[in-house]
Amino acid sequence: MTISMEFLVASGIGWVTACGIYLLLRGRSFTVVLGLSMLGYAVNVFIFSMGRLWRAAPPILTDGSAVADPLPQALVLTAIVIGFATTGFVIELALRSRHENGTDHVDGHAEREGGAQ
Amino acid sequence: MNWIDLHLPILPVLLPAITAVLLLLMGDHGGDAHGGHGHHKLLWARRLALASTALGLLIAAALVQRAATGELIAYRVGDWPAPFGILVLVDRLGAMMLMLGACVALPVLWYASGGWDAHGRYFHALFQFQLMGLYGAFVTGDLFNLFVFFEVLLIASYVLMVHGQGRERFRVGLHYVVLNLAASALFLIGVALIYAKTGTLNLADLALRVPQVAAPDAAVLQVAAMLLLVVFGFKAALMPLAMWLPATYSASSPPVAALFAIMTKVGVYAIVRVHGVMFGDSGGATALTVEPVLLPLALLTSVVGVMGALSARTLARLVAWLTVTSVGTVLAGIGLYGAAAWGAAFYYLLNSTLVIAALFLLAELVAAQRGDADGQLVPASPVAQPTLLGLMLLLAAASTAGLPPLPGFIGKLMLLEASTGHAWAAAFWTVVLVVGFITLVGLARAGSILFWHVRTDLPDGASAGSSPKLVLATCSLLAASVLMSVASAPIQRYTHAAAVQLTDRAAYAEAALGEQGGAAAQTARPYRIDKRKEVK
Repeated sequence: MTISMEFLVASGIGWVTACGIYLLLRGRSFTVVLGLSMLGYAVNVFIFSMGRLWRAAPPILTDGSAVADPLPQALVLTAIVIGFATTGFVIELALRSRHENGTDHVDGHAEREGGAQ
Repeated sequence: MNWIDLHLPILPVLLPAITAVLLLLMGDHGGDAHGGHGHHKLLWARRLALASTALGLLIAAALVQRAATGELIAYRVGDWPAPFGILVLVDRLGAMMLMLGACVALPVLWYASGGWDAHGRYFHALFQFQLMGLYGAFVTGDLFNLFVFFEVLLIASYVLMVHGQGRERFRVGLHYVVLNLAASALFLIGVALIYAKTGTLNLADLALRVPQVAAPDAAVLQVAAMLLLVVFGFKAALMPLAMWLPATYSASSPPVAALFAIMTKVGVYAIVRVHGVMFGDSGGATALTVEPVLLPLALLTSVVGVMGALSARTLARLVAWLTVTSVGTVLAGIGLYGAAAWGAAFYYLLNSTLVIAALFLLAELVAAQRGDADGQLVPASPVAQPTLLGLMLLLAAASTAGLPPLPGFIGKLMLLEASTGHAWAAAFWTVVLVVGFITLVGLARAGSILFWHVRTDLPDGASAGSSPKLVLATCSLLAASVLMSVASAPIQRYTHAAAVQLTDRAAYAEAALGEQGGAAAQTARPYRIDKRKEVK
C-alpha cells in the first residue's frame, strides 16, 4: 500500500497547525511565540501546496516538460520574510513585556495559585 | 501626459516610504527633546514629516479629482502586462480612502508634533511607514499585495502602539501583536485557497473568475471568503472579534489612537473589495457568501459597542467603544448590499473616522486639564478651558450620535433610507436609532461629569490650558467633519458614484487587465487542469 504525497503533506500541515494552535493558547509568552512560529510554518507549506504538488518539475517555463507553478513559491518567500521579521519583533516585545510587568504571563500578572500550566 | 500624471497612482505609496527612509537616515533625537543637538533633529524630522504628509494630501486630492470623472487610474509597476505584474489601481473608492487617510494623518501628525513625538524613538519614521501601508492597501489591485500592505501598516502600528511605553502599553501591545499575527496566518490561508481555485490574485481578474467557479469547487472559495471575513472583521473590529480594540486603543498614546481610527476602516475597505465585489452579487455559486452573517454581526457590533461606551470608566475607553459602534454602523450599511446603501455607508465612514480621531485627541486635551483624575469619568477639579473643550465635545458628540445638521445625521439618514424594503429593515432602523440615542446618553453623561460635576474641594489642575497648536489640530479634524456637512451634496454624489463604480466589474477588469481582460484573460498559471498523474 502506498501513501500519496498529498495525504502526507496535508496531514503534516494539519498536525503542525494543531500544535501551533495548542501552543498559541498557552499562558506564557514564550509558548505563544513558538505557537505563532509553528502556525507560520504550516501556513507557508500550505501556500506552497496550493500550487499543487509536483515532482521533477522546475518552476521555469520550458517547452514540453512539466512545469510547477512558480507563483505560490514567490508568495511563500514573501510570507517567510514577513513572518521572520514579525517573529523577531514579537520576541523582543515579549521580553520587554516580561521586563515591564515582572512576569512572562501574557495577561501581565502572575498566575494565581493552582492556575494552569 | 506628463511624468507626474503618469506616475501619480504609485506616489501615495512611494512618498511616505522615501520620507520614512530619510527620517531613519536623519537619526533619532535620542530622548534629548529639549535643547541640545537632538532638539534640532526633532524639529527637522517634524518639518519633513509634516511637509511630506501635506504633499500626500495634495496627491490624494489630485487622485480624487481624476477619479471623480469616473476614470480608473491603472498603473502597472515596471510595465509588466497584467495579470503578471504588480498592479496599482485607483478608483473612486480608493481615491476617497486615500483622501480620508491624508485628512486624518495631517492633523494627527501636527498634534503629535506638539510633544508626543518626543516620548519615544523614531515616531515620525514609523508614522510614515504606517501611512505607506495604509495608502498602499487603498491603491493596490492585487489580493496578495493587500496582504503585504496590511503587514506594513501592522508592523508600523505594533511599534506605534507601544510608543511612549509603560506597563499597560506593553501588556496590551503583546495581545495586539499576537492576535494580529494569528489573523495574518488566516489571511494567508484564505489567499492561498482563492489562488488554488482561480489561479490568480489580481482583484479585477478574481472579480471575473470567482463567479465562474462551479459547485464542488465553490465550497473551497466559500471557506476562503469566510476566513477572510474573520481576518478583515478582526481588523475592522466586527463582533465577536472586537474585544481587543477598546483596551488597545485606549492604552495607546492619543495621537496614535487617533491615527488608528483609520485602521479599522482598512478592514471595512477590504470587506467591500473582497466580500462586496469579489464575492458580491455576481450570480455565481459564490455570490453573496457572507451576506447572511455580515448584517446581523454588524448590528450586534453596534449594540455591543454602545453598551461598552455606557460602561466605560475613562473618556479614552468611551471613545474606543464608540469606534466599535461606528464600525458596526458602517458595516451594517455594507451588509445591506446595493449601491444606495454603500454610498450612504461610505459617507458615514468618512464622517465617523474624522470625528472619532478628533474625539481621541480631545479626550487627551480634557484629561490633561483635570489633574490627578486624568481621563477617568469621576468628579474632579474643573478644567481650565471648560467653554472651548465643552463646545468641542458637544460638537463631536452631536455628530457621533447623529443630530442634525451634522454629517453623522446625514449619514445615518441616508443609511436608513437605503435600508427601506430590505428584509432586515425593521432591525436596522431599531438598532441605528437606539444606538444613536444611547451614544448621546453616554456622551452626555461623560460630558456632564467632566464639565459640570466639578469638585471645588480639590486643588486646581494647575493647567493654564492646552497649547493652541493642540487645540487647533483637534479643531481642524472637527472642522473637516463640519465641512462634510456643508458639502454633503457633492460628497454624497461622489460616494454614490463610487458605490456604483464598484458594481461595474467589466470596466474594472478592462482598466486592470487591458484588452486581454474579461473571459479571454490569460492566467498566470502554466497549466489549466490538475495533472493528477504527475503526482503519485
